[in-house]
Amino acid sequence: MIWWVVLLWALLKLIVALLFIFLTALVLIYMLRKVMGHMQYRMGPRHHGPHGIFQTIFDAIKLLGKEDIVPKGVDRWTYIWAPIVVFIPSLTIFAFLPFAEKIVATDIEISLFFVLAIMGFSVIALLMAGWGSNNKYALLGGLRSVAQLMSYEIPMIIAAMGVVLMAGSMNLSEIARAQSRIWYIVPQAVGFFIFFTASLAEINSTPFDIPEAESEIVAGFNIEYSGFRFAAFYLAEFVNLFIVCALAAILFLGGWQPFKDPIYGTVIFLVKTYVLIFLAMWIRSTFPRFRIDQFMDFGWKVLLPLSLVNLFVTSVVVLVVDKFKGNI
Amino acid sequence: MLYEENEILVDDLPKDFMEVNFGPHHPSTHGVFRFVAKIDGEKIIDIEPVIGYLHRGIEKIAENRTYIQFKPLVDRLDYTGALNNELCYCLTIEKLMEIEVPPRAQAIRVICAELNRIAAHLIFFGSIGLETGAFTPLLFGFLDRENILSLLEMLAGGRLTFNYITIGGVRQDIPAGFHEKFEKFRKEFPIKLKRYADLISGNEIFINRLKNIGILKKEDLFNWGASGPTLRGSGVKFDIRKVEPYSGYEKYDFDIPVGSNGDVYDRYMVRMEEMRQSLRIVEQALDSLPGGEFQAKVPKIIKPPEGELYMRNEGTKGEIGFYLVSRGEKSPYRLKIRTPSFSHLNMLGFALKGAYIADAIVILGSFDTVMGSCDR
Repeated sequence: MIWWVVLLWALLKLIVALLFIFLTALVLIYMLRKVMGHMQYRMGPRHHGPHGIFQTIFDAIKLLGKEDIVPKGVDRWTYIWAPIVVFIPSLTIFAFLPFAEKIVATDIEISLFFVLAIMGFSVIALLMAGWGSNNKYALLGGLRSVAQLMSYEIPMIIAAMGVVLMAGSMNLSEIARAQSRIWYIVPQAVGFFIFFTASLAEINSTPFDIPEAESEIVAGFNIEYSGFRFAAFYLAEFVNLFIVCALAAILFLGGWQPFKDPIYGTVIFLVKTYVLIFLAMWIRSTFPRFRIDQFMDFGWKVLLPLSLVNLFVTSVVVLVVDKFKGNI
Repeated sequence: MLYEENEILVDDLPKDFMEVNFGPHHPSTHGVFRFVAKIDGEKIIDIEPVIGYLHRGIEKIAENRTYIQFKPLVDRLDYTGALNNELCYCLTIEKLMEIEVPPRAQAIRVICAELNRIAAHLIFFGSIGLETGAFTPLLFGFLDRENILSLLEMLAGGRLTFNYITIGGVRQDIPAGFHEKFEKFRKEFPIKLKRYADLISGNEIFINRLKNIGILKKEDLFNWGASGPTLRGSGVKFDIRKVEPYSGYEKYDFDIPVGSNGDVYDRYMVRMEEMRQSLRIVEQALDSLPGGEFQAKVPKIIKPPEGELYMRNEGTKGEIGFYLVSRGEKSPYRLKIRTPSFSHLNMLGFALKGAYIADAIVILGSFDTVMGSCDR
């Protein structure tokens, strides 16, 4: 192919991905407000458009129209780059998510591995924001998020390994395809629990919103940010919510199964994802927050051993089944 | 060997701690309270409370106003439980002037004071949820507080600061329709309390957050002058409504909930149970409401005789006390107000030492302080 066609094609993909990301974030913010509102006997947004559906758009416009404030004494480059860096992992992961059979931007053999690796990257942005802001609350928030991510990434990955063992592949499309007979949530129920819990911690959602605990450290790492920089953090939070739920839907709920058709497949995949997102929002509106030491205990003393046991049992079962089938 | 004299051990080095300033504008300092915490990692080494951001000189104003003119300002002390403040102020003057309050007025006073107590504890329920990171309890608490406020609105006309209790009685009688409205509330409220228990009191994370933190011993609490639910949480069965009954509290049958461990969870559970007991008192008072006048005959110009007197009652956060020195004039010679929030905030440095930041906020919340009452 000619080089500019390749470039144009890549650019087109990027634009589509960006559009999808912004749209998703807007929908999710609106959804969160409505879900939490109704769970708290409130209405949520009501004024702009029917049932306030344009509320988040106006909010986004407001945030974009704000003055760009860079406080004195900040580490300038870290401070400015953090909101941009926070978007890179989210944007990259979208390239590997299969929405339906053959509807995937980049199909590589180790896409699950790649996605999990990139997800850990987002903590750098949070640390940058915490360090660069020259604010004690922000620094505490940044450090907390590093500790949190380190201790929850391990059980999350080990839980995902159970699925990999069963599917025999690290390709996300392959994993989804392998679930045509039974969704992995049934044999891997423990794995799903660990994966979902750890991913909530990964995206700083309640009950693991320790890095941005507003009653303790006000807003954590994003305390000094305002205007569109704050919007970037806010959007990234919701995009990450979408990503972990989509990942859980692919790994445990069969992705686009049972539909082979790209349109139906995409729809059913999105439905599954949004069910999980609803679950996360439900948890968010009813649960209190862990304390940091209890949270570490939970990660290292409960989730990690549980995930190891899960992996061990899974491997034994897979081995035995393979033996019976005569594959080995 | 050469440098042995100058050798410095790591332990001898002055440790550099991080100083974090909480407040006066911070989401969980309950108004304009500020404390400077010296922290080592996430652990608090030392804290220094700074108060006075809401100082309005109320005690001094009292010396320049007549007794009746000053009464509305009493509402502004602990604005979550305004009627209890008013009640104490009026009781002080009545006791000094030896005014006999009619039984009906006494019962109405008990009703509104206890309703106000439930409302104040509902705010506590909401704020402790907020401090542990759950947002929903706040809205649930305020939703039910709304019902109480509309009851009090029927009674007094106001919703936050009432100016309802007068010297010698109350400003107006119970209006028509109050009983029916209360009946509805009486039926609903226990169900709501059950719902709170389902939502958060039984939540594993919530219990783990509150249990075994901020443990205060009885002796320490006595020394710091603690009172109210904070004291009762540590197992001291001390309630001024029982010990020194005022306004006819001796006629009603109610229990005093006490905790055993003295931690935040006990203080929380004491308050939750107190709401139930308050409802019981209101039920009894309304069912056995005596007839007659609701306002005693008092002179147009209030001039208590020369003398001094300390009167206290059980406020929503603890002991409210008014120490009145009268020289027989139209305004007090000196009025000292004792508020529970001030005593509890004094205790803060002691209670928070060695706690995590996350716990510190919860412990501060468990005292349920109101800065209007602390700063005066």
